[in-house]
Amino acid sequence: MTADPVDIALFAAKLGAVFFAVLTLAAYLVFAERRILAWIQDRKGPNRVGPFGLLQPLADVIKLLTKEDLVPAAADRWLFYLAPAMAAIPALLIFSVIPFGAPLTIAGHTLPLLIADLNVGLLFFLALSSIAVYGVAIGGWASNSKYSLLGGIRGLAQLISYELSMGLALVPVVMMSRSFSMTDIVTAQQSMPFIVYQPLAFIIFLISITAECRRIPFDLPEAEGELVAGFHTEYSGMRFGLFFVGEYINIIVLGGLAATFFLGGWHGPLLPPVIWFSIKTLAFAFLMIWLRGTLPRLRYDQLMHLGWKILTPLALFNILVTAWLLFLTS
Amino acid sequence: MSIFKETRNLLGGLGITLRHMLAKPVTIQYPEEKRTLPSRFRARIVLTRDPDGDERCVACYLCSAACPVDCISMQSGERPNGRRYAEWFRINFSRCIFCGLCAEACPTLAIQMTPDYEFCKRDIREMIYEKEDLLIDGCGKDDSYNFYRHAGIGVTQPRGEGLEETRPVDARSLMP
Ligand code: SF4
Ligand code: SF4
Repeated sequence: MTADPVDIALFAAKLGAVFFAVLTLAAYLVFAERRILAWIQDRKGPNRVGPFGLLQPLADVIKLLTKEDLVPAAADRWLFYLAPAMAAIPALLIFSVIPFGAPLTIAGHTLPLLIADLNVGLLFFLALSSIAVYGVAIGGWASNSKYSLLGGIRGLAQLISYELSMGLALVPVVMMSRSFSMTDIVTAQQSMPFIVYQPLAFIIFLISITAECRRIPFDLPEAEGELVAGFHTEYSGMRFGLFFVGEYINIIVLGGLAATFFLGGWHGPLLPPVIWFSIKTLAFAFLMIWLRGTLPRLRYDQLMHLGWKILTPLALFNILVTAWLLFLTS
Repeated sequence: MSIFKETRNLLGGLGITLRHMLAKPVTIQYPEEKRTLPSRFRARIVLTRDPDGDERCVACYLCSAACPVDCISMQSGERPNGRRYAEWFRINFSRCIFCGLCAEACPTLAIQMTPDYEFCKRDIREMIYEKEDLLIDGCGKDDSYNFYRHAGIGVTQPRGEGLEETRPVDARSLMP
């Protein structure tokens, strides 16, 4: 591709818009979570800052930024500084391969609505989501506190177990679309989203990504009942904020992925593609919050049992059945 | 099969939370909306007067002894007629936990609790209430009780004149 200035400008605008949209959305997801959890518990939730409490995220950020930045004396300083970024940045990077709308044509230039159309987008996602756990593990290790360490170890073990079933649940998607590229996967679902053919894979994927974002009922790395706050026990101020926002960026990103892999991405009748994509992503975010308001936390052995003894075999079985059916129909 | 049961339970739980999500919150928006508190609510403490308008407190120190955080202090005094009173009486509300034990202990119903709970101050020293701040012009919850009508022999009435008392019997006479 020759570097046409218009193309570069469009790309920069797209980059800025996506960055802004994802971060704002993450901040408002925190707010939405607090409101929805409050409604579930028959409360009203934060409603004081601005109309309907809409400026609450801003107030939260100001509060976090002005807090004292504590580093425990025994902590491994550099790793301690690095860990929150390692939790948040991979999540943001994953978003670069998610197509969030049909390609636009502006002044003769086609603008694909994703940042980087990698031909191995799916593998890129799997790789980055594994890197994201380093934030948790290193944060837990560097804090030099028993709760953090236990949280970090749990995070690692959980991720290894669920990464597997998540990857396996995506294999049928790749088999059906015959491509690792996110754009091709979305295009393959033009007529029918994959959830119709692959309900089992969808459910496995859903459970695995819930574990992947370390949300209730799989929030064992932070299990406040046992581990104070798990891997981020020792963090304060904006470093804690990064972990926290990272979790919500993760929800958005994984919601976007669920939409891309199983719900037909940006495809949908009547409404513009970007809107459809947002609806699907936000529906996933809502589901996460709803689940958090409903379910208790799993015990650690239950978590492992579910991951290794149920989800992984089921996903393998699903691959076999899909392969067999594809073979029969081709 | 258990998986169906579990799934049904899961969906049932989600249904319940969804119902509550759509239900009206029970929150009371405090500074704008306020509850009408029951009259026995335990908040700011007052010293009341008896129906005659005199101070009820006889400076017996029982409230001070009962207080678990030791926030009541006083100095007792005695009037020429023998009636006791508090020369000064002080409650440190910055320590008070509003347990109500003082009001429970008081034999004269002098110390009582009111439902006025909004009395925070910027300066903690203003939380120390002296007798002038505590004493009110009224009987509080019981508007007919007067300790000296029942006890306090020889102070306001002669022996045997109290409400539940009978006149003293002259043991030396054998008359009924
Ligand atoms: S309410 Fe309790 S803490 Fe307060 S003054 Fe009375 S006895 Fe003491
Ligand atoms: S307030 Fe009641 S208990 Fe306390 S000293 Fe006075 S009479 Fe005694």
